[in-house]
Amino acid sequence: MTTRTGGQAPRATSKLAFMRAGLEAPVAALGRGAIGFASGFGRFGAFAAAVGRAVPSVDVWGRLLVLQMARLGVASLPIALFIAGFTGIVLALQASYTFTGAVPLYFVGTLVGKTMILELGPVLTGLALAGRVGANIAAEIGTMRVTEQIDALETLAYDPVAYLVVPRILAGVLMFPVVVAFADALGVVGGWATSINLLDLSTAEFIRGLRLFFRTFDVQYSLIKAASFGLAVTSIGCFFGYSTKGGAEAVGWATTQAVVVASMLILVLDAFWAIALL
Amino acid sequence: MSIVLAGVRKAFGEKVVLDGLDLEILDGETMAVIGASGSGKSVMLKTIVRLIVPEAGQVTVDGLEVGGLTQEQMYELRRHVGYVFQFAALFDSMTVFDNVAMGLRRTRTMSEAQINDRVLESLRLVEMNGYEDRLPSQISGGQRKRVGLARAIATRPKYLLYDEPTSGLDPVTTAVIDELIQRMARELNVTSIVVTHDMRSAYRIADRIAMLWAGRIRVVGTPDEIRASSDPVVKGFIEGRPDLVQEAA
Repeated sequence: MTTRTGGQAPRATSKLAFMRAGLEAPVAALGRGAIGFASGFGRFGAFAAAVGRAVPSVDVWGRLLVLQMARLGVASLPIALFIAGFTGIVLALQASYTFTGAVPLYFVGTLVGKTMILELGPVLTGLALAGRVGANIAAEIGTMRVTEQIDALETLAYDPVAYLVVPRILAGVLMFPVVVAFADALGVVGGWATSINLLDLSTAEFIRGLRLFFRTFDVQYSLIKAASFGLAVTSIGCFFGYSTKGGAEAVGWATTQAVVVASMLILVLDAFWAIALL
Repeated sequence: MSIVLAGVRKAFGEKVVLDGLDLEILDGETMAVIGASGSGKSVMLKTIVRLIVPEAGQVTVDGLEVGGLTQEQMYELRRHVGYVFQFAALFDSMTVFDNVAMGLRRTRTMSEAQINDRVLESLRLVEMNGYEDRLPSQISGGQRKRVGLARAIATRPKYLLYDEPTSGLDPVTTAVIDELIQRMARELNVTSIVVTHDMRSAYRIADRIAMLWAGRIRVVGTPDEIRASSDPVVKGFIEGRPDLVQEAA
């Protein structure tokens, strides 16, 4: 008996040690991840506070706002319109395919209008601009950080947040709704052009369907979402660019992170607005 | 005393870079700070304009303790301090002219015509006139450093801080930059701190030389005193003899 008991105790201890060793690594990784997430939130909070403090420096960012509105907004129109036009075409064709026989065909106009304005116009444009605008901002500001250009701004008595960040965020909030408005419109036009050319539908029927469930609020909803996406994409791009430390690899990492986080945030905001406003 | 660093300490994680550094720079003098790569020379320079905030100690510029200044007061102080970056740090989306004009436009006390005159005068001082419309990517490394110097002197500062102004340059361009540093001190009557590990440059331009070692100032003296130093660390550094430095360490 004594021998058996003596033999079981070390086996139990070694099993416990084995389990502990097996659990230690994932628990430590989870802990590190949680700390990293919390500290990231903290740094973003401090960054947001710095942006708030820089907003009154209109003399620094005022003359740069129009330039950024052109770079972020006007220059983004081609890609946004390209996506919206083709989305409108596909929506019309898929609607007609789905409705065949069961639903009157003029509902194609309803589906194209509602889907473009409420969802696909703002979300697809937001995701496309997260890539184009978010990556551009993070790469540009990140490169300025690692080449000491941001330090140079400081030594020349400029607040870098007022000079680099505020005009980009304001331009994003102001211009994303404009780009999305054009995208919504072109998406509907794409659906209409497809309907009258490829489907057995007249312009009058398409417009009848389009107006059937249309509410002015739909456009407001689309533009509110677009403004929030503009805020998310530009502030995330600026944050990752501004926080860059190191060299070219760090700029690449910041750029990738900016696109990934901004894209995720767009989907979260999309759900948030649907819950809050619909 | 125009610039005073007293007991300055700065660490990055576990690595202590400045460990109770004391240094005084007198009005009108050119002080060269020498030391090995990674010894904290640039960190020391950045604490003077609060680009890096030390954990302990005091940095005083013009009688003002920089750690206690508000952001606005700090910007006001920076208008009197020109900073020449190691790799020039020119704004790559702007022309040479606009780079030099940046600091002047911030002051909002000069008309565009006055800014134009001052920019051209500053570029003439560094012998870069004629390059106003070029982008930084269209000029050489030495020329970029000269434009960086023109940008730093455009506001006519009382102090000029140079971070490795001749690193990576050929001997002829190095001599040209050294001559420019001397001219700035002479013609603009500025107080200068030049961080370098180039001993020939240090001897040429400095009124006094300080050596940074293990986070502190190891020795301060005139170029002749440094040349004659029997301290093995100083001797090892200026003669390029790692055996002496290792023995002392």
